[in-house]
Amino acid sequence: MKTIKFLAMFIAIGALTAFKSDIPVGYKVGDVATDFSLKNVDGKNVSLKDFKSAKGFIVVFTCNHCPYAQAYEDRIFALDKKYKSQGYPVIAINPNNPEKQKDDSFAKMQERAKDKKFAFPYLLDEGQKIFPQYGATKTPHVYILQKTAKGNVVKYIGAIDDNYEDAAAVKQKYVENAVDALVKGKEVTVKETKAIGCSIKA
Amino acid sequence: MFIIYTTMRFTLKIPVIAGVMLLCSFVISCKEKADNTEITTQEPVTPTVDTTTIKPPKPLKVYSNDTVLVNAYEYSGLEYYLKQKNDTTYVVNFWATWCVPCVEELPNFEKINAKYKENKVKVILVSLDMAKMVETKLLPFINQKQIKSEVLLLRDPDADSWIPKVDSTWSGAIPATLIYNKDMRKFYERSFTYDELEKEISNFK
Repeated sequence: MKTIKFLAMFIAIGALTAFKSDIPVGYKVGDVATDFSLKNVDGKNVSLKDFKSAKGFIVVFTCNHCPYAQAYEDRIFALDKKYKSQGYPVIAINPNNPEKQKDDSFAKMQERAKDKKFAFPYLLDEGQKIFPQYGATKTPHVYILQKTAKGNVVKYIGAIDDNYEDAAAVKQKYVENAVDALVKGKEVTVKETKAIGCSIKA
Repeated sequence: MFIIYTTMRFTLKIPVIAGVMLLCSFVISCKEKADNTEITTQEPVTPTVDTTTIKPPKPLKVYSNDTVLVNAYEYSGLEYYLKQKNDTTYVVNFWATWCVPCVEELPNFEKINAKYKENKVKVILVSLDMAKMVETKLLPFINQKQIKSEVLLLRDPDADSWIPKVDSTWSGAIPATLIYNKDMRKFYERSFTYDELEKEISNFK
């Protein structure tokens, strides 16, 4: 009896882990991204559906503490400035659990947004529910969405550009190229890129 | 630890009870899965580097202060350290001084390096610190923590060009670790406790 119990438990554990590790997670290019209602640094909740005239979104998972996110801060600001008027505003989301990363608390987010004069929403993924649906693993991690009849379709996933260290040395502006293509009604050529980032602390 | 790890990474949970019966005949493979929950690639290591004839590549730059010396490479130079083919098992950890979970697990890698030095296990700590932080952060950190494992700096900001070459499954988040020898290669986008790391390395013997 003991053996059977042990065997059953063993199989259950095996099945559980086998299944879990095989599940693909997060969005792929072409998937419809979920909307959300997350608290902005001004205290009001923000959803994608609030942006009636937007043609799409540049959703950036970013945060206060990560040096890579900091290195990209000005460039995120510039993206919003350039593309908000073209229908693609930046929506920044801090995916980190403030209990695990004190510098990413809501109060610190408010501070940073004020100091840096963020002109875009900077939202807290309270309870860390949204970033796993998108499949974000690090900050910064960009998802470009295009508004369509079936919802907000993912058109690009990855890095902002190809040089985190030096904005002046950038050769490939991945996000700009993608949004430019979408604005012109063209297909995005580079749909996915990878970048180093700080792992999200859930 | 594994459960915590998966719940962190995966939100979808599939009801598994129904699958249990189906899987009865695959006990062995399930066991393997349970042990190898990380992302695994076991392709042959290519291209191989014949370490008897090829010397380590010339660094892009050498950073040093009074006590510490760190060689900086672009990915093309670092690749040499990821493709050795000899009787040593290499534990290559990607980290940075600003990465809290990386710094937390660093002592575990140091302990492995010290304990298995005579047993053909070598730890290489590949720092992804930004160039401007090397002299102010990285060198003092190595000094202060008395790091004995070899530290290299990967100075190659075009990350999309090399992340998939380290491992096709790597999203680019750190900490991340590659363990390999001439026969096996596994990549882990996760943190390690000492026991977990030692157990993984034991599979490479």
